[in-house]
Amino acid sequence: MSTALEPQAKSSTGKAGGNGEAVRQVGDWARRAPLLPALIFLIIVTQLPFVGTLVISFMDWNAYYPDDRGFAGFDNFARVLTDVNTRDSIINTIVLTVSVVLISLVLGLLIALLLDRQFLGRGAVRTMMITPFLVVPVAAALVWKHALYNPEYGLFNGLLTAVFGEGAPQPDWISTWPMSSIVVSLVWQWTPFMMLIILAGLQSKPHDVMEAAKIDGCSNWQTFRYMTFPHLRQYLELGGLLGSIYIVQNFDAVFTITSGGLGTANLPFTIYQTFYNAQDYGRSSAAGVIVVIGTIIIATLALRTVSSLFREEAGR
Amino acid sequence: MTATIDAPPATPSRLATAPPPQRNRSGALLGVVAWIVGLLFVAPVLWMLLTSFHNENDAATNPPSLFAPLSLEGYANFFGTSTGASPWPPLLNSITASVLSTALVLVLAIPAAYALSIRPVRKWTDVMFFFLSTKMLPVVAGLLPVYLIAQGIGMLDNIWLLVILYTSMNLPIAVWMMRSFLAEVPGEVLEAASLDGCSLPRTLRTIVIPMVLPGIAATSLICFIFSWNELLFARVLTATVAQTAPVFLTSFVTSQGLFLAKVCAAAVVVSLPVLIAGFAAQDKLVQGLSLGAIK
Repeated sequence: MSTALEPQAKSSTGKAGGNGEAVRQVGDWARRAPLLPALIFLIIVTQLPFVGTLVISFMDWNAYYPDDRGFAGFDNFARVLTDVNTRDSIINTIVLTVSVVLISLVLGLLIALLLDRQFLGRGAVRTMMITPFLVVPVAAALVWKHALYNPEYGLFNGLLTAVFGEGAPQPDWISTWPMSSIVVSLVWQWTPFMMLIILAGLQSKPHDVMEAAKIDGCSNWQTFRYMTFPHLRQYLELGGLLGSIYIVQNFDAVFTITSGGLGTANLPFTIYQTFYNAQDYGRSSAAGVIVVIGTIIIATLALRTVSSLFREEAGR
Repeated sequence: MTATIDAPPATPSRLATAPPPQRNRSGALLGVVAWIVGLLFVAPVLWMLLTSFHNENDAATNPPSLFAPLSLEGYANFFGTSTGASPWPPLLNSITASVLSTALVLVLAIPAAYALSIRPVRKWTDVMFFFLSTKMLPVVAGLLPVYLIAQGIGMLDNIWLLVILYTSMNLPIAVWMMRSFLAEVPGEVLEAASLDGCSLPRTLRTIVIPMVLPGIAATSLICFIFSWNELLFARVLTATVAQTAPVFLTSFVTSQGLFLAKVCAAAVVVSLPVLIAGFAAQDKLVQGLSLGAIK
C-alpha cells in the first residue's frame, strides 16, 4: 500500500492546498500505518491500567469487604501519607535508590577508567565485569542471602574463619545491616550496567582533541578534569537516571533478601503487600499513584538527558 | 565485601598523578588492579557455580571447603521431585513467555521502527518519546487493574497474560533499538534499489532485513533477558499452572535446612539462558540497555 502512494506523498510535500492536501493526508496515513499496531497495543496495555489505578485510588475498596465499595475522595491518599509504614517505605525507596545509584556510578566510573586502557586480558576482565548483571535478579538475591550472607555457612563468615581462625567474628550480616545488605547486592548487579555505559562514553571521546591536549602539556588529571569528565557528564547522567528508574521499582532484592522485614520495605514491596496480602485496593492504588508522581519527576530528567544524546546523534 | 568497595578508589589518583616516565610500570599495575576488581565482581558467580557442584554437607562448611569433591547432588535435588515440586513446568513456562513475547515484540516493533526511521512519520521524535515514557511508568502502578481485568476475563494464571504484559514491557526498548539500527541503513542504498525498480516489500526483504539482522538478533536477546528475569507480574498474576522460573525460585527464600547446593544449582540453571543470551549480545548490550541512545 505504501509503495503505491509513496511517489505522490513525495511530490505533494512541495505544493500546498487543494488536491495536494488530500493526497498528502492519505500519504501520511500510509506512513503511519506500520506504527499503529505497536502504538495501539502499548496504549491499551500500559496506559489504560494506569487510568484504572487512578480511578481506584479515589475509591473505598477492600476485597475483604466488597459491600463497602464507594467513593473515598482523598481519604486513601491521606491514609497512605499519614501511615508510618508508607512513610518509612517512601524513605526506604529514596535511600535504596540514591545509595545504589551513586555507589554504582562511582564504582562504574572507576572501573570504566581502568578498562579504557590497553592491558593483558582486557576482554576477559570486561566479560567478568558484565557477568553479575547477567544473573537473574532473584537468583542473585538468593545466592547473596544464602551462600554469602548466611551467618553459619555463608562465604563471608567462612572467609573470616579461614583468615582469623576459630575466634573470628561471625556477624549475622542481614539482621545487623539489613538495608546495607540489599544495597551491596544491588550495587554488585548494577555497577556493570554503569560501567558499560560510561565505558561507551569514554571510548567515544574525541581522540584527536585528547592528543592535542597531551601535546600542549596537559597533565593526566587536567585532561580528565577538563575534557574527559565534561564529555562523560551526559553518560553519567544517562546511567544514573536509567539506573534510578529501574531501582526505584526494585522488588526482587527486597522480596528475596529480607522479605520486606527489618525496616527495608520499599514502595513497590509495600504496594505489593497492601494489595496481595491486605487486599486493600484503594490504598494500594493511592500508593501506586504516589510512585508514579515520583517516577515522573525522575523520568522528566531522564527524558531530557536521553533527548540531548539523541539529538546530538541525529545531528551528526 | 568492603574490599570490593575499598579497592578501586586508589586508582584515579594514581592514574592522574603518575608521572610519564613511570608510565609502563603504573600501566602494568593498573592492569593488575583491573584484574583484581574483575575477579572480585565475578567471585560470587564462581562461588555459586562451585557450590552448586558440591554435595550438601561440603556446601555448608565454615570455613568453606574449596576443594571438596565435586558432586551433582544439588542438581539432582533440584530436578528431582523428591524434595519438592519439579522445576520443569516453570522453566517451560518461562521459555514460552519469553520466546513468544519476544516474537510478538519483533512483529510490532520492526514496522514501527521503520515508520520512525526509513520513512518517518511527522513528529516522529514525539512518538519515540511517548514509547520511552511508557517504559518509565512503574510496573506496580498498573498491577492492580491488570489483576482485576485478568480476573474478570478469566486470564489469571494463564501464560498468555504474561506474554502480553512482557510484550508491552519490552516494546519501547525494541522500538528504540530497532530504530537506531534501521537509521544506520544508508538512504542511497534504498534509493538505488527503488531506481532499479525494486518493489518495497522486496527491498525490505532482500536489502533492509539482511542489513539489520545483527540488530534484530541483539534486540531479541535483550527482550528475552528482560522477560526471563521478570518477577513481580509473574508472582502476582500466576499461581500453579503458569508459574515462571523466577517465581519458582522464590520458594527458596526461606531456608530449608541443608539446601545450599540445591539453591545454587537452581540459581545456575535459571540464570544459564540469560548468561548465554547476554554473552551472545555482549557487543550490543550497552546499546540495548541505554535504549539505543549509545552506540
